[in-house]
Amino acid sequence: MKFSKDHEWVRVEGDVATIGVTDYAQSQLGDVVFVELPAVGKVLAQHGEAAVVESVKAASEVYAPVSGAVIEINSALVDEPAMVNGDPTGAGWFLKIKLSNKAELDDLMDNAAYDAYVAGLG
Amino acid sequence: MTESTSEKLEVTPLDALHRARGGKMVPFAGYAMPVQYPAGIIAEHLWTREKAGLFDVSHMGQIRLDGAGAAAALEALVPGELQALGLGRQRYTLFTSPSGGILDDLMVTNAGDHLFVVVNAGCKHEDLAHMRAHLGSGVSIAPMFDRGLLALQGPMAAAVMADLAPASAQMKFMSGQPLDVGGIACFVTRSGYTGEDGFEISVSAADATELAEKLLADERVAAIGLGARDSLRLEAGLCLYGHDIDRNTTPIEAGLEWVINKRRRVEGGFPGSDLILKQLAEGAPRRRVGFSLEGKAPAREGAPVTDRDGKPLGVVTSGGFGPSVGAPIAMGYVSIAAAQPGTPVNLVVRDQPRAASVIAMPFSPHRYHRS
Repeated sequence: MKFSKDHEWVRVEGDVATIGVTDYAQSQLGDVVFVELPAVGKVLAQHGEAAVVESVKAASEVYAPVSGAVIEINSALVDEPAMVNGDPTGAGWFLKIKLSNKAELDDLMDNAAYDAYVAGLG
Repeated sequence: MTESTSEKLEVTPLDALHRARGGKMVPFAGYAMPVQYPAGIIAEHLWTREKAGLFDVSHMGQIRLDGAGAAAALEALVPGELQALGLGRQRYTLFTSPSGGILDDLMVTNAGDHLFVVVNAGCKHEDLAHMRAHLGSGVSIAPMFDRGLLALQGPMAAAVMADLAPASAQMKFMSGQPLDVGGIACFVTRSGYTGEDGFEISVSAADATELAEKLLADERVAAIGLGARDSLRLEAGLCLYGHDIDRNTTPIEAGLEWVINKRRRVEGGFPGSDLILKQLAEGAPRRRVGFSLEGKAPAREGAPVTDRDGKPLGVVTSGGFGPSVGAPIAMGYVSIAAAQPGTPVNLVVRDQPRAASVIAMPFSPHRYHRS
């Protein structure tokens, strides 16, 4: 699993990347009450807006850490947005994309680097 | 999501208690305040609706007015009847502007030998200057901005308070009196900002933490942050100053005509009274209403309100998720023709129209102790 500075995670299997938000992100957001997911087929640019996650307090954008076309979305989040809090890196995944440029993965952090990055945020 | 370090935030007397309990501290009206504790906003909100929540509202401005003519003098700044406010009675009122707008909303209690006033944190310095400029030399104005103010809210608040202050059981909604609470001298009002029964307890800074710990020692009580305070008041249909009411909204537009008591409707004599009383008689062009949304997407402050064909009707001034309602809720202003409950509207969220309808507030029924 790799991580972005915007607190998204990416898990790669072949040329498919599953994307979600990190445990740190969900803890900062607080109780998630709504997730707006993109349409299947939409082409996401790296660092472009991929989804919107709403907590009780506010709406926040989720960015695509890597580019590609959306091939699947986690529709279960529509009815159970709290899964983002309960299992952010498992059942709380957001979407899957077909990677358009695997080299973009090199821009992301590994687990140790991300942990250090979060620790540095205080 | 990062705290501003560029300006020094003030702290309340309960700052250490918040941090020790894992409060997530955020800047609010110049103070470091807990937006939530580890339980989270939804759990804290629901706890308050079921049991009793303890809120630190020490950032709000407590002001004492002394002088025989204090009530009459204050009436020149607000549309409420204060001269006939009975001993120990409390009233919600508004500082109005000459153009009919709202400068702040406030609570006034007749404490016998003085008036006890509570104003919003973000307005308190301006309110103080406003009173100093207009109340005249016969009224002594004493800010008590260092005092603590705790709110205990929820259906079990009365039982919790009765254990520490038996005399509190005799208090009715919108009344206030000095009270010994667990051996600590306080000034207590039976009021709040959640739609629930409860109390607001004014206490010296030195005693605030001890009082909070005594209340929190009761297993029916949990510490609740500002996030749940906001969702609770939104469900109760109560205005948040600077959002739902401000200098550009009139009391009539805001649906607060009930604050203009009978004698004041006849006599006027408060800032903006000509325009406000004209609107009272003839109606205002727009009105504050509640919205119920059909989908699950919350509509936030600033979301445009249109009719189903996209014609502009107004704007959302507060919106979010109502944990007790279990759905997104919002309030805002619409043209008077669209203000009837049941009117279909769209709330525009991220450029997408979301179906909603105008509904009567509160979203969650008030459960005040009136009898």
